[in-house]
Amino acid sequence: MSTGTRTEAAALPGAAAPSRGAARKGRRSSAAVAYLFLAPYLVLFLGFIVAPAVFGIWISLHDYDFALFDKPWVGLANYVDLVTPGSRDFGDFWQSMGATGIFTLFSVPCLVVFPLLVALLLNRAFPGRTVFRAIFFLPYVLGVAVVGLLFRYILDPNIGVVNYLIDQQIPWTTDLPWVWVSLVGMTVWWTLGFNALIYLAGLTDISRELYEAAEMDGASKWQQFWNVTLPGLSPVLVFVITTTILSSANMFGQYLLVTKGAPGTATRTAIGYIADEGLRSFRMGSAAAMSYVLAVVLLLISLINFRLLRDRGASS
Amino acid sequence: MTTTPLQSSLAFGGGARGALGRRTFLALAGAGLSLAACGGGGGGSAGQAGQPDKGTGGADYTGPAVTLAFWNGFTGGDGDVIKKIVNEFNAQAPNVKVTMNIYQWADFFQKLPAAVSTGRGPDVACMHIDDIPTNAARNVIVPIDQVAAALSLKESDFSSAVWQGGTYKGQRFGIPLDIHPLALYWNKDVLSKAGLDAEKPPTTRDEYEGVLAELKGKGVQGFWVSPFQFTGAFTYMSLMWQFGADAFDQGVTKATFDSPEAVEALQWMVSMTDKGYSPKNVGQDADYIALKNGKNAFNWNGIWQINDLKAQDKIEWGVGPVPQIGSRPGVWGNSHQFVQLRQTKPDQNKLDASRYFINWVSQKSAEWATSGKIPAKLSVAESPEFKALKEEYSLAPEAEYVHFPPATAGIADALTELYNAVNSAVLLKASPQQALSDGAKKATQILQDNLKKYGG
Repeated sequence: MSTGTRTEAAALPGAAAPSRGAARKGRRSSAAVAYLFLAPYLVLFLGFIVAPAVFGIWISLHDYDFALFDKPWVGLANYVDLVTPGSRDFGDFWQSMGATGIFTLFSVPCLVVFPLLVALLLNRAFPGRTVFRAIFFLPYVLGVAVVGLLFRYILDPNIGVVNYLIDQQIPWTTDLPWVWVSLVGMTVWWTLGFNALIYLAGLTDISRELYEAAEMDGASKWQQFWNVTLPGLSPVLVFVITTTILSSANMFGQYLLVTKGAPGTATRTAIGYIADEGLRSFRMGSAAAMSYVLAVVLLLISLINFRLLRDRGASS
Repeated sequence: MTTTPLQSSLAFGGGARGALGRRTFLALAGAGLSLAACGGGGGGSAGQAGQPDKGTGGADYTGPAVTLAFWNGFTGGDGDVIKKIVNEFNAQAPNVKVTMNIYQWADFFQKLPAAVSTGRGPDVACMHIDDIPTNAARNVIVPIDQVAAALSLKESDFSSAVWQGGTYKGQRFGIPLDIHPLALYWNKDVLSKAGLDAEKPPTTRDEYEGVLAELKGKGVQGFWVSPFQFTGAFTYMSLMWQFGADAFDQGVTKATFDSPEAVEALQWMVSMTDKGYSPKNVGQDADYIALKNGKNAFNWNGIWQINDLKAQDKIEWGVGPVPQIGSRPGVWGNSHQFVQLRQTKPDQNKLDASRYFINWVSQKSAEWATSGKIPAKLSVAESPEFKALKEEYSLAPEAEYVHFPPATAGIADALTELYNAVNSAVLLKASPQQALSDGAKKATQILQDNLKKYGG
């Protein structure tokens, strides 16, 4: 790579002016250094994201099972099936997309607002602040298997400790709408610390002077929050909302461990159904097509999200 | 089938939220890329379906020293037993060394096809009777008629279902190791406390319903009905066969688990909740945990739980054949079978050594039974060694009427619909008729797709 850059620079007609040429050369080599440093990531990105994604399109156009020699070309049939009522996948797939939608709809607001409140509290100076920061972040280090099993047992409708304590028979893990309360609740408890940490980092970036100025202008605490804190957090907010939507839309382990899709298949998420189809029934073509539909939906949501937040950020 | 729901669900635990979730998603988006890229179809290697192979059948092994890889899903208490058997084998076989990997079954069935098609598969594995056709059709395992011949195994050595289940399209792919049926467990303390005979469990519908009614009178919900595969769906399938129905038609081309008899079976099961013999909303494993906690009196659970109950001393318990609720005896069961994996670089010595290993372990199936199994071989099942295992031997009668899931390629996909139907009905989200009709309709569609995919 560096050789190529050098030859190119020497061959440039503009090299007549030595000083300009030197500057250009400097720029070039720094570009080369940049590419060099980017290369490892780029290789991984191409190898593990771009190539599989492109190959996934190819898979989605076949009746694909990697273990079978015969992988018939089916064109767009896998996609057409997904929008044809009565096809094998139509009902289950859209039910699972709906389940993902419900989960995202309820978990994202919680995971945007609660961590912000926690971050605001933890950003104040009080004894034991570090301990509390650690406590709020701690659940995030647990794996989904640990969290899922934990909640499955404490939320068990008949033998769980929660129902025992409140002396009720609430079907936390087996009936609607309680299953959603459980899944959203455990996910908020589990991942709240991560978003709170991002907010905290954002909060420390907001200059103290802004608050002092606001205070001198007679702004109340609420006005300070609304006019200083929130605008100051806006890039962080975009990041938090976007990543939270994406990770909520990819919910998988929680339902698998806590509800197993119960009641019926009501809580089986899109990722869950895609995994069943692709890795258990080995219908990889159909699973790949579903992945693309999900990916496009998420892409659209992200675009809308970016646009809305950018416009809001610009106006304020 | 030795995994409890707890274990089997753990296998999927990796899909965490956040970064992990995204990784899972991306991995799925490109599902099969890495696998397929190196798959290579594997045409024409020795031992491929339909091709005869040479070599010994495994009565002994006299070749050069080899190391064999052996995979299975014995994550429960049976893992210790298989380790011991493998160690004994290694100690007495100078030229064969077996190294074993134990996976969660769910992981096992995802890893195995990928490993085999990249040439990194094991030499020997154990799988369930109903997994054999899928893996044979997907070219993961190879025929081993010769092993059966060399060991002079014949149908009359086994119960017919366990022997027939190891075949696919007329060729033998599995050497039966064990049978593991559902059993009736009862909490003796709960029965005694209610003034019932704890040594004489109910065996008929009248007796069973009578005991449950008495328990209810004493404030005990005696038969917790699980809506999940473990153990609700297994209970339902046992009842379905008892009521004279079957999950699929003769050729496994159509789901019949919505027949009037099959619906009646599920209605009986759901009536347990209606009558107050079972609480509503029984969670995963809660039926079994409640039995161990003295809140539940009866649990229809796998024979593999024997060792788990032996390991505790909190409750007195009993185990025996499941009661006959319908018009004929019937019980759900499954069978572990030995299989040989397709190799991209076949090595006749390894093939021969594997067969020797399979043969040797088959002789040890009485020892294997100590992990909560019934030996597949009738001669072992009637041996003094097995009779000495009081609990396991009490279930031996079930071997005569045990039903296995049908051995048809891709059957697990269709059975999932049955499990979902049981879930909806037991959770009272749909009537048994409605749930089973919906499930059967989908299952039939899946069976038809699979017929096309794997060939009839």
